[in-house]
Formats: sequence, structure tokens, C-alpha cells
Amino acid sequence: MFEFCADPKSLEGLSWLSCYLTSGKHLNMYWAFGTVLLLLAVTAPIAMLFGFFGAMAARSQFFALRLIGKGYTGMVRGVPDIVFFLFFVIALDQGIEYIMHLIRCPDWVEPVRNGLEFRVCPQAKVPLGSAPQTVHQFYGFMLAVLTFALVFGAFAANVLYGAMQAVPRAQLETAEAYGLSPSQVFRRVLVPQMWVYALPGLSNLWLILIKATPLLFLLGVQDIVYWARELGGAKTQAFDYPHPDWRLYYFMALLVFYLGFTRLSEIVLNRIAARLAKGQATAAGEAMRKAGI
Amino acid sequence: MTCWETIGAYAFRSLGYGERLLPRTDFTLCQQFTLIGSGLIWNVYFGVVALLFGFVLANAIAFAKASHNPIARKPAEWFIFLFRGSPLFIQFFLAYEALQLLPRAGIDVFGVTVQTAWTTKAWAGALFVLFLNTAAYSAEIFHGALRSIPKGDLEAAEAYGLTGFAKFRRIQWPTMLRLAWPAYTNEAIFLFHSTTLVFFSGFPAFQQRGDALYYASYFADKTFNPFIPYPIVAGYFIILTLLLIWLMGRINTRLNRHLPSNLSGKIRLRPQLIR
Repeated sequence: MFEFCADPKSLEGLSWLSCYLTSGKHLNMYWAFGTVLLLLAVTAPIAMLFGFFGAMAARSQFFALRLIGKGYTGMVRGVPDIVFFLFFVIALDQGIEYIMHLIRCPDWVEPVRNGLEFRVCPQAKVPLGSAPQTVHQFYGFMLAVLTFALVFGAFAANVLYGAMQAVPRAQLETAEAYGLSPSQVFRRVLVPQMWVYALPGLSNLWLILIKATPLLFLLGVQDIVYWARELGGAKTQAFDYPHPDWRLYYFMALLVFYLGFTRLSEIVLNRIAARLAKGQATAAGEAMRKAGI
Repeated sequence: MTCWETIGAYAFRSLGYGERLLPRTDFTLCQQFTLIGSGLIWNVYFGVVALLFGFVLANAIAFAKASHNPIARKPAEWFIFLFRGSPLFIQFFLAYEALQLLPRAGIDVFGVTVQTAWTTKAWAGALFVLFLNTAAYSAEIFHGALRSIPKGDLEAAEAYGLTGFAKFRRIQWPTMLRLAWPAYTNEAIFLFHSTTLVFFSGFPAFQQRGDALYYASYFADKTFNPFIPYPIVAGYFIILTLLLIWLMGRINTRLNRHLPSNLSGKIRLRPQLIR
């Protein structure tokens, strides 16, 4: 990156370090931090959406819909989530390819699941074998996002379901007494009021989501854990910047990143909680009223 | 090979007994059930031992955090923040790398050589991380319970002349446990679930002796079919979770035995979390 980095072997001390930390692979690692943040930014709203519809389905009047909703929210109970992470990625991948296979190659005669192999026609490969590397990476990332959203959507559905149940019944009955239709009650009374009850659970979920991002590594995305292992490993003289095994320091940096991010989130979430509690008929709201805030 | 022979050959494969070679072709359901079940031994080992030791440390840390003395309180707060604020995944990696830095030949302490090679093995290293991790999470739960002991209970204890350690042993500690138990049950469940991370992060499986998920992913990789091994793991874990809930429920009943039966809280399974 800098001009004096042309010959790394001749450098020493700080200039060596500055060149080392700005080498191409390190810049890739810094981008990977962006990948993690992007994953969080994309996953959180999608998971919320899944959770919202899951909670709605679990409250539904129709038995079938309620069964789906309850099944979805119950899915993550009792089973380690990492099992879901490993399972969904393969299952989604194969599911998408199988659908593409049915669409693109209707007259393919060989069975798709042939003994031990899962074989679809070449045109049904997602992404296509001829696609550039970036498309493969993007596809992997989107698969990861979808997996995270599915698993965390189930968590969020649990939280939102509880929050919807926590809205005082009298509020809904009053709305009904004023002649609001069920969907109006839902939209105008239930949803605006449930957030204060949902926030503790959702902020907990956000912190958990942050801490789940290293699992990206298991899903085959080149995330910060991947780069920390890659860059930290011992480098021989054949490399531009030889160094012994530094993985400990790299993981230390990741630890600091996560601790800082968690702390920052906690501060922001506490502010939001205070904001939402203001004027509410809850213990927190009452405490704020007494303190004169 | 009949199913009984398979069980005989692979039931303790994860501990290094029985058949050495894992099946490579013609995978049967029986093999998958046996090997994944064999791996589950590790999950149970990590979960049980970490919980037992973690419980003791968690109590100490919870009381340290509740202390007025900053010398005791600050380290406890930092310990809890460190282990609750970072992913368990990273903690495993970090611990493995740190333990690798210990000299291979052993450390010389006053003429006695202390072996260090065993610390990088999963049974010790990963267990240590899980132990500290669960101690931090449980300490936070216990600390919360300690703060929500009814004021009247403590005042009543003092009115009866109980002070100091007697008050702690007879009133404070049992009440704290009683209040914390439902949340602690959830923590125990999460801990068992997070034992699946051990062989996926840092600590390598020595001679293919892995846990349940290790064998499940082995089968999923070999057969390209995730629809059998992962549900098997899920099934085993559901059984394990139910057993744990039953056991913790028994303890809960015992802790609440002096209360009228309609007051004692039933333990409900809550959605589990990731670390």
C-alpha cells in the first residue's frame, strides 16, 4: 500500500508492521469485518420479518397455520442451533438445486439421489459452474444470511409471540368495543404496544446474533475467523512477511472486536429501552416518573 | 455386519475402543445411530463436568459481584463481561492457541516437571473453556437471584438472630438457588448444546474421536445427505434435554418443598441461546 513497502525483507520495526498490516490479505481481512457487519445488518430485519410472521401464525385462528407457527417457534427448542446451521445450508442448497433441476431439465431420466450422490443436471447447478468466483461467494453469503434468518427468525418469533401475549387484554377489548375489526386491532393497538414488552428479548437476541457470527466460518464464508487462521499461521521465509505462529494475537483482536461491539450495543439498547419505557405503565416507566426524568 | 455387531464395534469408538476404521461405504442407519450416539458420550462428559465445577465457581463469582468491596467486585464483573460478551467459538480458538504456546516439554517447577501436552487435548482444554464460560453465565443468573431475595426474608432472619455465615447458609444461599433455578436449568441446557462446538472450533478430534456432531457431519459429508445424520443428532439432543429438564425439575421440587404447591414455580423450557 505504501511506497516503501516494495521490498518487505529490508524493512524493520514499525515500518515493517505498517507494511505488514496493510498487505493485500490484511485488507481482505478488514473487508471481512465489513462482511460480518453486513450480515448483521441484512439478517436482523429478515429475521424480524420471519419472527413477526411466525408469531402471527402461532396466534392464528386457523389450526393449520397455528401448527406451522408453533412448529417453527418450537423448532429451535431442545436442539443445538449449530445443528440447524449445518443442516440448513446443505438442505437449502440441495433444495434450490432440485427445484432448478425440475424447471430446467424436465426430461432428465437419471435419479437425482443416486445412491450416495446428489446429482442434478449441469444447467441446474446454482450458481452455474461457469460463474465467476464472486458469484459463488455471493451465493454462499446469501445462503448464510438465509440460514441465520431462519434460525434467528424462530428465536424472534418466540420473543414476539410472548410480547403479543403480554399486551394487556383490556387494551384489546377496549379497541374491540370501539368497533375496530380484528385486523385493525392488531395493526393499531397490539403491534404499537408490544414493542416495549418485546425489547428485552429482542436486545438479548441481538447480542446473541452478534456472538453467533463466527459460525459464518462453519458455513464456508471467508469471514474474520477464516482470515485470522489464515493470516495468523506461521509463515516461512518463502512469504513476503515471515513470522511465527501469531494466531493467538489475531484471535485476541477478534475477541476485542466482539467485546467492544457487545458493549456498544448494550449502551445503545439501554438508551432505546429507556426511551420506550417513558410514560409506560410498567415498573421501569414508574421508576422514571419518580426520578423525574 | 448385523446391527448388534455394529453396536459392539462402534459403541465406544469416540473413546478409542472397538473398531478403528470408520465405515467408508454402504452406510447403514444402524451405523449412524451407533456412532453418533457414541459421540454423544463426549457431549455428556463436557456438559456434566463443566456444570458441576462451574456451579461452584459461579457461586463464588456471584457473591464477589454482589460484594461492596471493589477489589472483589471489579474482577468478577470483568470476568462475567469477558465470557458473556464474546462468542464461545472465539474463546475456544483463543484458548487452543494460548495453550499451544505452553512449552511442549513441560514446565519445570522446583525440580518437578509439569506436563503440558494434555492441556491442548479437548478433554482438558475445551472442558476448561466450557467450565469458565458456564461459570460466567451462571454467576450472572445467581447474582440476579441474589438481588431479588425478598427483603422481608433477610429481615426475618436477622430478627431470629441469624447473622453472618449462618444467615448466608440457611437463608440467603437456599433462597438464591430457589429463585435462580429455572434460569439455571436453561443455562444447563444451553451448555449441553454448546458442547457441540468443541470439535468444530480449535480443538481437533484426535484419531477421529469426536462428539455427536463430529460424526454427524462425517456422515453428511460422505453421503451428501444431511437429512439423516442431523435429525439423529437433533433427536439425541432432545432426549438429553428432556432428561436434564426432568433432573433439574426434581431438584427444583426439592428446593421449593417448603412452599405451598401452587407457589413453587414449574420449570418451563425456554428457547435456547447461542454463545
